[in-house]
Amino acid sequence: MSADLSTPPPQPGAEVALGADGAVFPRRAWRRRGGSLGAGASLTFLALLAAATIVAPRLGLPDPNATDLTRAMLTPAWLSGAGRHAILGTDPLGRDVLSRLVYGGRISLLVGFSTALIAGVLGIAAGLVSGYYGGFADTVLMSLADVQLGVPVILLMLGVIAVVGPGVWNLIAVLGITGWVLFARITRSEVLALRATAFVEVARSTGATHARVLWKHVLPNVVQSSIVLATFTVPQMILTEAALSFLGLGVQPPTATWGSMIADGRRYLLVGVWWPTFFPGVMLFGTVMSINLVGDWLRLRLDPRSR
Amino acid sequence: MSGRYVLRRLGRCVFVLFGVTLLAFVVSRLKGDPVLLMVQPGATAADIEAMRRSLGLDGPLWLQFARFVGGALRGNLGMSIWQGQNVTSLLLERVPFTLRLSSLAILVVVAAGIPAGIVAARSRGGAWDQAIVAGAVAGQALPTFWVGLMLIYLFAVDWRLLPSFGAGDWRHLVMPVATLSLFSLARVTRLVRSSMLEVLGQDYIRTARAKGLATRRLLFRHALRNSLLPIVTLVGLEYGVALGGSVITETIFALPGVGGLAVQAIFNRDFPLIQAVVLFTAAVFVVVNFLVDMVYLAIDPRVQYT
Repeated sequence: MSADLSTPPPQPGAEVALGADGAVFPRRAWRRRGGSLGAGASLTFLALLAAATIVAPRLGLPDPNATDLTRAMLTPAWLSGAGRHAILGTDPLGRDVLSRLVYGGRISLLVGFSTALIAGVLGIAAGLVSGYYGGFADTVLMSLADVQLGVPVILLMLGVIAVVGPGVWNLIAVLGITGWVLFARITRSEVLALRATAFVEVARSTGATHARVLWKHVLPNVVQSSIVLATFTVPQMILTEAALSFLGLGVQPPTATWGSMIADGRRYLLVGVWWPTFFPGVMLFGTVMSINLVGDWLRLRLDPRSR
Repeated sequence: MSGRYVLRRLGRCVFVLFGVTLLAFVVSRLKGDPVLLMVQPGATAADIEAMRRSLGLDGPLWLQFARFVGGALRGNLGMSIWQGQNVTSLLLERVPFTLRLSSLAILVVVAAGIPAGIVAARSRGGAWDQAIVAGAVAGQALPTFWVGLMLIYLFAVDWRLLPSFGAGDWRHLVMPVATLSLFSLARVTRLVRSSMLEVLGQDYIRTARAKGLATRRLLFRHALRNSLLPIVTLVGLEYGVALGGSVITETIFALPGVGGLAVQAIFNRDFPLIQAVVLFTAAVFVVVNFLVDMVYLAIDPRVQYT
């Protein structure tokens, strides 16, 4: 692929606007206020979700995997008054939807954050080596990145999972390892810019080793972009996990995940049982949007160009 | 001149395709012997050897890879284990549908995303802008497979307006195309908006406005043209997203395309077929990105390509 692929995910962020009257004027204040309001609500939602998944066993919820066919497909409580134990109804096997949502959240958050962390560490390391040393290592790493970006992510996943098999740990490994590319590219480009500046040269000339320069002087200056990139990687990973679990190639039953819940409830949509499918999607949507909004806010705060 | 640039880009395409072939080859050996992944449970040693020979998986690794590449160059990607049929012909039956589906989705993305982005940029901070940005932010967070199912529930089950699955006339394509284009539409809309805003902040726009140019002409002649470059790149990338998304969309709507074939191939442990799908998708993606670069060449007079 061409270098065009290295363009980070496009986001609105221009600081100057053409107003309704056609005048050119800055709109920074509006933008920042709007951004942080959404970010505050998003952080609250994420904190509540994380807390619920952590203390899930103590919430007094029914066992998420306990099937009870006599209680199958109960409608959500506010529609039927089905009882306090099925606030969001039960699925076709009689499992409690709310309970499965909370336990499924564990998987989503675990997969999203751990894979972004693995991808970030691998990508930053590769980007540092590639940008700082250049030469053969750079050629090999960037060619590998080009090749990997030549295959849509989901197909790459399908291919690898077909070989290593499904399951939550395999999924984390595969998503984490294949996620390195964008981190590597963004880190590399920043290292290249930094290498040309005086302070790296000064550090070298005072006798610092390459490793020390990389660790003490280069890394702290390039890590910021990767943090912003990570806030967009986590939700992508959560969505990919959900999609793979939906296809039956991710986390295996009976473990509850939002993706597999949607798959389980899918057939019953045709007879009008919407709640086992609807609620996991809402959770995915809320979680992904919250992290995206926090990421937008973070990017505006950290990126000096968009201030 | 640009001739050398085109050649260099073509060379890059060939390199990436070769790399993807190698990648597919390496991935299928992540767990050692790929034959053991494909045989039926209870196969005898003789069965395994027979399968190994029929798939060309005997002999040293380099020879296996050379055979695979040689076959691929001649359009022969091996036999499908699941269907007992040549993989290439199996694939070719499904290709037109997927290309049509993803091209339609990209068409929708361009036809809706560019106007939406312009409207938003034009009314920055206003009601239209806020509504469009909110819609785009939401669109980027919606899980596509879930959206597809909800569309089925509403339009096919509840309101009985559209067929819920299968291929047929245009009505069978409405929901799949909507599902497939949603995410890319959101992303392209946001990019068009920010790209336009950036251009609108430039001095030459101020100059054009100062000399009394009409807003319409200013937006389309001066601003849109100059913000097209990143948009063209993104649309090329979104074609890859649509190809990947067809895996999900074709599964949900039971459509006869390459994506659905890939999922079935995995459940049937049909490696030659999976490899073929990956190679095919990569090939289409590489060609699309090559075309994007050529469009660049045509619309960007500023850059000297050598």
